[in-house]
Amino acid sequence: MEVWNYFQNNQSDVLHWLWNNAWLAGVPLVVGFLLALPLGYLAFRYRWIYPPTVTATGLLYTIPSLALFILLPGVLHTKILNPLNVAVALTIYTLALLVRVVADALNAVPEEARNTATAMGYTPRQRLLGIELPLAVPVIAAGLRVAAVSNVSLVSVAAIIGVPQLGQLFTAGFQTFSNAPILLGLILVILLAFAFDAVILLIARALTPWQRIAQAR
Amino acid sequence: MIRFEAVSKIYPDGTVAVDHLDLEAPSGQITVLVGPSGCGKTTSLRMINRMIEPTSGRIWLDDRDTATVPPAQLRRGIGYVIQHAGLFPHRTIVDNIATVPFLLGQDKHAARRRAMDLLEQVGLPASFAKRYPAQLSGGQQQRVGVARALAADPPVMLMDEPFSAVDPVVRAQLQDEFLRLQHDIGKTIVFVTHDIDEAIKLGDRVAVLRIGGKLAQLASPAELLSRPADTFVAGFVGRDRGYRALGFTAAGSLPLRQEATVPLGLDLSEAARQAEDGWVLVVDDENRPQGWLALSGVAQETLHGPVTPDLLNLGGTLATVDGTLRAALDAALSSPSGRGVVVDADERFLGTVSASQVLARIEEQASTARTARSTLAVGSEA
Repeated sequence: MEVWNYFQNNQSDVLHWLWNNAWLAGVPLVVGFLLALPLGYLAFRYRWIYPPTVTATGLLYTIPSLALFILLPGVLHTKILNPLNVAVALTIYTLALLVRVVADALNAVPEEARNTATAMGYTPRQRLLGIELPLAVPVIAAGLRVAAVSNVSLVSVAAIIGVPQLGQLFTAGFQTFSNAPILLGLILVILLAFAFDAVILLIARALTPWQRIAQAR
Repeated sequence: MIRFEAVSKIYPDGTVAVDHLDLEAPSGQITVLVGPSGCGKTTSLRMINRMIEPTSGRIWLDDRDTATVPPAQLRRGIGYVIQHAGLFPHRTIVDNIATVPFLLGQDKHAARRRAMDLLEQVGLPASFAKRYPAQLSGGQQQRVGVARALAADPPVMLMDEPFSAVDPVVRAQLQDEFLRLQHDIGKTIVFVTHDIDEAIKLGDRVAVLRIGGKLAQLASPAELLSRPADTFVAGFVGRDRGYRALGFTAAGSLPLRQEATVPLGLDLSEAARQAEDGWVLVVDDENRPQGWLALSGVAQETLHGPVTPDLLNLGGTLATVDGTLRAALDAALSSPSGRGVVVDADERFLGTVSASQVLARIEEQASTARTARSTLAVGSEA
C-alpha cells in the first residue's frame, strides 16, 4: 500500500518519468534496429565483413553504460543533462546487439529457399525483400526482444547523471532510505519491459502466420 | 533445344568440374544427365540458367547465347525443380506456385487461378492452396515444386534430383506422374540424377558423365543397356542389363492361351473342377484377374464355401497385351501357376503365356536385331 500511496502522491512526476523511460528505450531500439539492418545484411552478404563487424559491435557492448553517458557529451558536444546522450548510447547498444542477430538471421534462411529464389529469377534485391527478410523475422524478433528489455533497464542507469526517468525512483529511494519508490520503480520497469516485449511479439506474430501453423503440427 | 558447345567449368583451385562438354537436349524431350558424384552433372545443369558461369564455351537456348541474356530474365523463362522442392516456407502453396508469374508482374488474380489449375494437374486437392509448405509431406511438396516450375509455362525445365529425397514408393509414383505430365506438356527437360534406374526410366536420351566432367556416352536408354560405350558406362549401368533392356522392346503379339477362369464367390468344389495343374485364375465380375487359387493337395472334404479374396495367391504380375518383353517374361516367371497373365488396357483378362513362349520371342527378336546390326556394320565399312 505504501507503494500505491507513493505513486498517488507523486503521480505526475512518476508518469512523466515512465513516459521518458519509454521513449528513451523505444526510440534507440527503432533507430538501432534500422541501422543494424543494412550493417547486418553487409556482414551476411560479404563473409569477410562478418568477423570484424561482430567483434567491433561486441566490443561496443562491453563499454559500461555509465561511462558512455558521461563520455558522449564530449563527443556530441551536448550538455551532460541532454537526454540525447542517453538515446545515442542506447542506440549504440541496440546496434551492437542486433548487427550480429540480423546477420545470423539472414544466414539461417534455408539454403534451398534462397537457391530456388535465385533460380526462378529473383534479383538480389527482390530476394532480400521477398524471401530472406520475411524468413529472418522470427530470429530478428527474438533479438529485438532481448534488446528492448535490456534498453528499458539500462535507461534507469541514466538517473545517476540526472536525466529524468524511472531510475529517479531508485535514487529517491536510496536517498530517503525508503523502499516504496524502489519497489514502484521496479514494478514499472518490469511492466514497461513486458509492454515492449508484447508489442514486438505481436508484430512478429502478425508477420509470420506460417510459423504458428508449422508449430501447431 | 539446349546446346552445350565445348563448355568447361574450372574452379579457381584448379578443379575441373566440366570438361569440354558438347551436348544437345532436343526440344520436347527429357535429357537425363547421370553419373557418380563429382561428374559435374549438377554444375552442367546450373550453367544453363547461369547459376554457375562457364569458364569457357557457350550454352545455347534455341538460337540465344545464354551469356547474352541477363540472368534474372533468363531464369524466369526456365522452370527449376530441386531436391526437397525448396518451397518458400512463408508463402501459401498457391502463392508458391504463382511465384514466377508474380515476378513477371502478371495479374495476381489470374496467376492464382492458373496456380489452382496446376495444383490439380499435379494431383493435389484444391484444399491445399491455403496451406503452408510445412503442412505437406515431402512427396506433396515435390509436386508443388513441379507445379511452381510450370507456372509461367516455360518451354524449358531444369530438374536437379527432384525425386531423390522421397521414399521409393512415392518416388516411383512421382516418376510415373511426371512422365504422364510430360506426355501432355512436352517440355524440353534436362534432368539430373545419380540413379541410373531413374535415368533409364525417365530419359528419352541419357548422357552418362564420368568424374572430371567428361561425357562418356549419350544414347537412348535401350542403347545404353545394349551397347555401353566403354567399361565405365557398362559398370555404371550395372547388372541385369540384358534383362532390363527387355523393358524397351515391345513384346508384339504373343501366342495367348485361352483358359477357364472362375468368378469370386463361386463354390470351391465348382472352382476345383475348372483347375488345371492345380491352379485356376479368379476374376471379378468385370473379368479383371484377382489372383490364382491353389487347388492341388487340398482334401476334397475341405472344398466347401465360396471363393474369397483371402484364399488367392497374389504373387503373379500382370502383363498388358501391348507391353514390353520384360513385363511379359516377368508375368510368366512370377505366376505361381507358371502361366503369365496377359490383360488388355482396361486390365481385363485376355489369356496366358508361358515363360518358354516369351523366351522364344526374345530369341527371335534378338537374332533379327543381330542380323540388322551386322548388315549395318558391313554396310558402313563398304
